[in-house]
Amino acid sequence: MEGGLVFIGDLDLTTRKVLKWLMERKPIKDIVEWANAFSLWPVHLMTSCCGVELGAAYAPRFDLERYGSLPFVSPRQTNLIIIEGTLTRKMARVARITWEQMVDPKFVIAMGACAIDGGLFWNSYNVVRANEVIPVDIYIPGCPPRPEALARAILMLQQRIKSRGITRHDLELIEKNLKLEKVEFARK
Amino acid sequence: MASQQPQASQQRLALGKALEELATRLSEHLKGVATKVEADKRSMVINIEVDRSRILEAAKILSSLGFDHVKSLTGVDYPDKGVIELMVHIGSYSRGLRRIMAILRSKLDRKDPRAPTLTQIWPSSEFQEREAWEMFGIVFEGHPDLRRLLLPEEFEGLWPGRKDFEIPTRKAGEAEEPWK
Amino acid sequence: MVASSIAIEEISKELIQTRDLGVTEEGERLVELQIGPTHPGSGHMRIRVWVDGDIIVRCDPDIGFVFRTIEKLSENRIYMKTIPLVERPSLLDTTPMTIGYINALEKLMGIEPPPRAKYLRTILAELTRIASHLYGIGILAIFLGHSTGFMWGFGDRELFVELANQLSGARITYAYVVPGGVRRDMPQSFPDNVEKALRYMERRLKDWYKIFLNNPVIEDRLREVGVLRKNDAVKLGITGPNLRASGVDFDVRVADPYEAYDELDFMVPVAEEGDAYARTLVRFEEIKQSINIIRDALKKMPSGDIIHPQIARMFNPLMKKIYEETRRVKFPGIFASLKPPKGEATARVEAGRGEALFHIVSDGSPRPYRFRWTTPSYRNVILFKYMIPGHRLADLPAIYGSLDYFPPEADR
Repeated sequence: MEGGLVFIGDLDLTTRKVLKWLMERKPIKDIVEWANAFSLWPVHLMTSCCGVELGAAYAPRFDLERYGSLPFVSPRQTNLIIIEGTLTRKMARVARITWEQMVDPKFVIAMGACAIDGGLFWNSYNVVRANEVIPVDIYIPGCPPRPEALARAILMLQQRIKSRGITRHDLELIEKNLKLEKVEFARK
Repeated sequence: MASQQPQASQQRLALGKALEELATRLSEHLKGVATKVEADKRSMVINIEVDRSRILEAAKILSSLGFDHVKSLTGVDYPDKGVIELMVHIGSYSRGLRRIMAILRSKLDRKDPRAPTLTQIWPSSEFQEREAWEMFGIVFEGHPDLRRLLLPEEFEGLWPGRKDFEIPTRKAGEAEEPWK
Repeated sequence: MVASSIAIEEISKELIQTRDLGVTEEGERLVELQIGPTHPGSGHMRIRVWVDGDIIVRCDPDIGFVFRTIEKLSENRIYMKTIPLVERPSLLDTTPMTIGYINALEKLMGIEPPPRAKYLRTILAELTRIASHLYGIGILAIFLGHSTGFMWGFGDRELFVELANQLSGARITYAYVVPGGVRRDMPQSFPDNVEKALRYMERRLKDWYKIFLNNPVIEDRLREVGVLRKNDAVKLGITGPNLRASGVDFDVRVADPYEAYDELDFMVPVAEEGDAYARTLVRFEEIKQSINIIRDALKKMPSGDIIHPQIARMFNPLMKKIYEETRRVKFPGIFASLKPPKGEATARVEAGRGEALFHIVSDGSPRPYRFRWTTPSYRNVILFKYMIPGHRLADLPAIYGSLDYFPPEADR
């Protein structure tokens, strides 16, 4: 009989460990991050009036498709939500359902003063804040921000992916269900 | 340019006189139905005030005179007088009347505001009556489909258009004009 | 076999009754589709359609996704702070909305702006009208799958947005109109830039006709689709190019002139057929008429003040110096505590999509008692309920795009 080698151990577990180790190693990690950064496709969810500047940003003068970002049809095939402008109560439910349907890794950009802290409509009874509904990565100030600001936000997000890796969101916000706070008012 | 100024003011005087004539003719048509018909020359409107029981009659008369669509239908809340005033802006696409608008007003009781629906006479008021219902609580009797239009379901029963639904203002001490 | 099929029919009839779906003649069920906000062909609203196979039987627009309660917010703010609020919903043609609000306020106060301010307001209003129509045409093109039309529409629109930027300092939200006049005078190079842009647009319109309006595919998809007859349009209270494409020549700029429109020379395009193609054609013709209005206004522009002398009297010395040197108005303190006399005022304007109505009830305090505002898209919502049933589902984007319905404007 000639000499040979026999493997003793759990093949499944070993493969998983090797894969995890390989993903953190330089060539594969770079390729994965490059692929994610240059295919940030936003979904066709228009939340409010900053959508006009989003439309202008994907148009001839400020072409954002050269950074790899293409607005596409369904939440299952895209990985970016851009919240433009005010989130009302009805639209917050829709945004949350859309965000939950997206596949990881996913990103969120909040555009405009209304998405940061209410903006002009801060004391309206039908407006909620964006970061209470879905976890936000990048905020863009302005009312409305210029399309160049949106281009800069996409570039910042790309750099962030390259430097920090694919972001993992705050687990607490993901796990809690959306409960919009009760409407309170005072009777005279 | 200078010669156009007196021309413009003459035109305005002539328009004002025509508006007053129209108001007197309208008040003849609406004799017994309207409590007050007066012209407002600055805004080129004729204010018509009716009692709640005569809204449909007045609407039929106005519709037969040539006013064919409703531009806006809403309420104005006066809590200290205990009324909600129903305010309907009516306009016309016909040549003679397209320059002016008529405003039909009626005072409804604030505790139980009810009004007859105007959709049989002017179909353009269907969605506006839905909004008036969800903002002020005015029930339009005979409306084919009275449900909320703009707000989600947690606002059922709260009438946000009324004055006792308060929204947050800046706190005391924070000046309205912060540069002072 | 027979017994079970009868049982299924009974169950389905029960389901239909409890869920109020409606039944066709053969007793078949209707299917409810929700074309929701996360859809490339729906905008910021949800369209609920009930279909029988392929034909739409009933349609119900679900609006309110962008309802920001501007009428209630204005009761809490001073008059000047409502100007940006009034601009935001109809973000494409903002100037007619601010003109309407300020007209109602000026009627209450009893003042009138000087002639040069009126002409400047008119020029900005027509520039935004061209930009708004190009946006509408671009959106219609992308709904039909004509992505070149989308790119051209948005690209040409940039020209006019840039011109407005030169005049007022911002791309789309200008806040250019103030009570008593306007905020800034036009720079020296403005008339030449405008003339260049208008000449470019006239040449470009011929290319638009070649690729879009005379394109056999577009004609097939838009002719005889979404027909709105004349008495239906009048009965339902429709406004704007949708009304003018059905044969009614009603335009607020001619019927009830405001600003400088009674001194300018233009025509109102009207079509007879009332289908989607007629609506698109009316919009193209309105762009041509706006070009004429701008040229005429620049030729007839009077010189003089851009703010009412009663307000100019309240400038302090620094503001007066800035006004005389650079022709920019810095707001005097009167604007912060503006108290118009008690009363009511109504004003209406012709925005890009139709007629907008403004009504202010004032009780003598610095905040309005009630501000009522109806936008043209809000008056056109009723077409979803009454015009769409009877068409096939594949025609829905074409009809929606040709109506030029903008949901934030309808929800205010």
